[in-house]
Amino acid sequence: MMLYQKSAAELSYMLQNGECSAAELLTQVHSRMEQLEPELGAYLTCAEDCMQQAMAVDAARARGEQLHPLAGIPIAIKDNISTKNLRTTCGSKMLEHYIPPYDATVIRKLRDAGMVILGKTNMDEFAMGSSTETSYFHPTRNPLAHDRTAGGSSGGSAAAVAAGEAVLALGTDTGGSIRQPAAFCGVVGFKPTYGSVSRYGLIAYASSFDQIGTFSRTVRDAAMLTQLLCGHDPMDATSAQRSYPDFAAELMPEIHGLRIGIPKEYFGSHVQDDVKSVVSAALHRMEQMGAQLVEISLPSTEYAVNAYYILACAEASSNLARFDGTRFGYRAQGCTSPAQLYERTRSEGFGREVKRRILLGTFVLSAGYYEDCYLRARAAQRSIAQELHEALRCCDLIAAPSAPEPAFLLGERLNHPVQMYQSDLCTVPANLAGLPAISIPCGSVDGLPVGLQLLGRPFGERTILNAAHAYELEVQNAAV
Amino acid sequence: MPQFETVIGLEVHAELNTASKIYCSCKNAFSREPNTQICPVCMGLPGALPVLNKKVVDYAIRMGHALHCRIRSVSRQDRKNYFYPDLPKAYQISQAQFPLCENGFLEIEADGIQRRVGIARIHIEEDAGKLLHDSACTGTLVDFNRCGVPLIEIVTQPDLRSSSEAKAFLDAIKFILRYLNISDCRMQEGSIRCDVNVSVRPVGSTEYGTRCEMKNVNSFSAAVRGIAYEAQRQIAILEAGGIVEQETRRWDDAAGRSVPMRSKEDAHDYRYFPEPDLLSIVVDEARVRMLYESLPELPDAKIRRYCREYGITREEAVQLAETPERAAYFDTCVMQAQCSAQSICNWLLADAAKYTNDTGIPISDTCMTPQRLTALIAAVEEGQISNSAGKTVFQEVLRQDKEPAQLIAALGLQQNSDSAALAQLIDTVLAANAKSVADYCRGKTNALGYLVGQCMKASGGTANPKMLREILIQKLE
Repeated sequence: MMLYQKSAAELSYMLQNGECSAAELLTQVHSRMEQLEPELGAYLTCAEDCMQQAMAVDAARARGEQLHPLAGIPIAIKDNISTKNLRTTCGSKMLEHYIPPYDATVIRKLRDAGMVILGKTNMDEFAMGSSTETSYFHPTRNPLAHDRTAGGSSGGSAAAVAAGEAVLALGTDTGGSIRQPAAFCGVVGFKPTYGSVSRYGLIAYASSFDQIGTFSRTVRDAAMLTQLLCGHDPMDATSAQRSYPDFAAELMPEIHGLRIGIPKEYFGSHVQDDVKSVVSAALHRMEQMGAQLVEISLPSTEYAVNAYYILACAEASSNLARFDGTRFGYRAQGCTSPAQLYERTRSEGFGREVKRRILLGTFVLSAGYYEDCYLRARAAQRSIAQELHEALRCCDLIAAPSAPEPAFLLGERLNHPVQMYQSDLCTVPANLAGLPAISIPCGSVDGLPVGLQLLGRPFGERTILNAAHAYELEVQNAAV
Repeated sequence: MPQFETVIGLEVHAELNTASKIYCSCKNAFSREPNTQICPVCMGLPGALPVLNKKVVDYAIRMGHALHCRIRSVSRQDRKNYFYPDLPKAYQISQAQFPLCENGFLEIEADGIQRRVGIARIHIEEDAGKLLHDSACTGTLVDFNRCGVPLIEIVTQPDLRSSSEAKAFLDAIKFILRYLNISDCRMQEGSIRCDVNVSVRPVGSTEYGTRCEMKNVNSFSAAVRGIAYEAQRQIAILEAGGIVEQETRRWDDAAGRSVPMRSKEDAHDYRYFPEPDLLSIVVDEARVRMLYESLPELPDAKIRRYCREYGITREEAVQLAETPERAAYFDTCVMQAQCSAQSICNWLLADAAKYTNDTGIPISDTCMTPQRLTALIAAVEEGQISNSAGKTVFQEVLRQDKEPAQLIAALGLQQNSDSAALAQLIDTVLAANAKSVADYCRGKTNALGYLVGQCMKASGGTANPKMLREILIQKLE
């Protein structure tokens, strides 16, 4: 097995025992990138200083310094997370040349831990999309089927981890943007509870739902990275003031006796039959492992996609208003008035999908529509959240498919936005309720991976990770 | 033709003088090099997030208490969306539906009429930057230093009826802000600004007329001029049989007139919605109470107390209470209990006020401590020195930074109150002015003044004038 194929946990052990160096590991990952990137397009920008970062870690280790377990592990960063002196584009022409003057809080944590930042990964423009095709630069191909999408919006991060172009990656999940691409690419995608990871430096799409999370090839790796990311940040008023268990140290296969709710609304006609059978088989496996499956109903789920798109677009219309050509980013030339500068900068700098969502969001906040659209969507959000919270009082976890289908063909949905939006319906409820949720590989349909989604209680990361870990071990042992 | 009544509502914006800005840790500093007091947060850089400065909430609650408002235990911050080059995020974080303070009032007096002005609300918000139109370059420059400076907006009910009432209200607000020490109230630099809503209606009508909002009112005196102009403009329209259009107008103070800015149809839709980056503001009862209990005595209460306890006139009391520094100085002087409050008031409003006018230095910032001033006044009251000698001592204390007693001795200003010595001095003067004595005896009473003057001159100005006069009259009769 090559180094780039190994998990972060294994590599951490090897690095600590001198079985390999961070520089060697990076070299392998780099050659993998050189080999695959022309075809996959997972990255938008590579960090030029990553070999220095790796060598610095090796030097520190040689000096006998106490290092973080993830020191020297290469990680890819979704391109909507601000990295000081490293271009951060959000997949948009608007920020094609934008270089942030500061690091996001999560980036500071990664750097402090000695992780090697490889570069910035491709994404749907401003995280608006489910296929990484709305990127201004290029789409990302699914490493397992090059004619198919890697999912989105964090498609670049998912593809990089799946292809061995990174050991770990950061993504962001506003309506499923970590879990759906993780499912499409056959990796683990974890979105922690809203408020557990600082959003400071994450370029906002929809502030109420945006959450930074992880891509990894194992649940243990997800636990290790999540451990590093979680924690209160005084720079983010929505970050929770609480402490977190040591997810990595406390990770153990725990599934026996867990009550897992199976909401029938997540297994309706919108979900492909063969996806349903794969997910059901996985759940049956969990039952055999001692979990108790409970059929539940969450009737408000049918409003989730509509509510999500109204609320997310409303916030986006305001969040993206700052891209006006005045201080940073793209600026239309030859304008003679501020109004013209705004109009032309934004017309030329944003792509179709972003404009569509800004217009939708502006509309639902306008006088006369606010009550009918925005407030009703808030009411729907409350019902959905309440139902989920109530269900999680009697269930420890809720299980569902991560996506209604496996990876679709590139270009298939680009001109069918509503169909594209509908594919988010398995994932948006967790965002509307702020709940933690993971997607783990659970089988395949015609060679394309399928993801199993587990939702937990607020700040119930540990339960999710332990159950996912148990399932993962079970599948591995069966394969051996 | 019916008589018309003017109806005015005000929106007053005051910059708070907290140490740091409202949503970041940048200094809330005034008149610095452009674009030096900025960070990713107040510049609205992608990814930056606001975090509320709790001091701003405390300051606003103090103002809410001073204006008898209900303080909301839970209030919310909202985004007000609009594009303008001085607004980095293209939205202002403000409060719409649930402001921090509501339903208060302020009592004012103008033109002899007492009025209770309803306060609809006080909310907190962030200030925007400043556009600079530099003649040296063709474009417009933006200074973002002011972005994120905390503001409170005080919104009144339409309870004011004249420009002089509006002026009295604004002055009272300024007094209170100063007393609470929550705003620097630098009027010239626009740290207090107001928008004015004006409508007119026939006297006796209970319905409001169509109102116009006037922006760009950059001083209180401009508010007074603007209101007077706008009321006359609307009355002229109505008297000519026309209809007042609802619109926003801009006050052009130099030209002394308001000009249309935008009509009702062009009014901005700010698309307010709850600010998702900030949590609701929750203030517990104990904190609200603590802030109430720590309020200082406010100008209105002070003025009433001065009149009641010291028997001074309302006009005098208003002047004493004009700045918290002067009022505190007066209070300290009174506490010395060396002389009457009325005398202290007289000296503060005459000699001390003149000194401040001439030099720009408040008396509280000089070496004339309350102890020295009251010692000086006591010396006059007790007849140790004459009133005019007192004025000399006042100047000399300020010049030499010495105790009044020391200066009285050094300058020989001690009043001569020795009746034997005075009698002797008078005898000498009378002997030398036989003609005036004769004039007096023939009934020319003004000769007395001349004789008093001669005696005073002979004493080198130190004779106790009262005793001098008494003894002189005795001798002449």
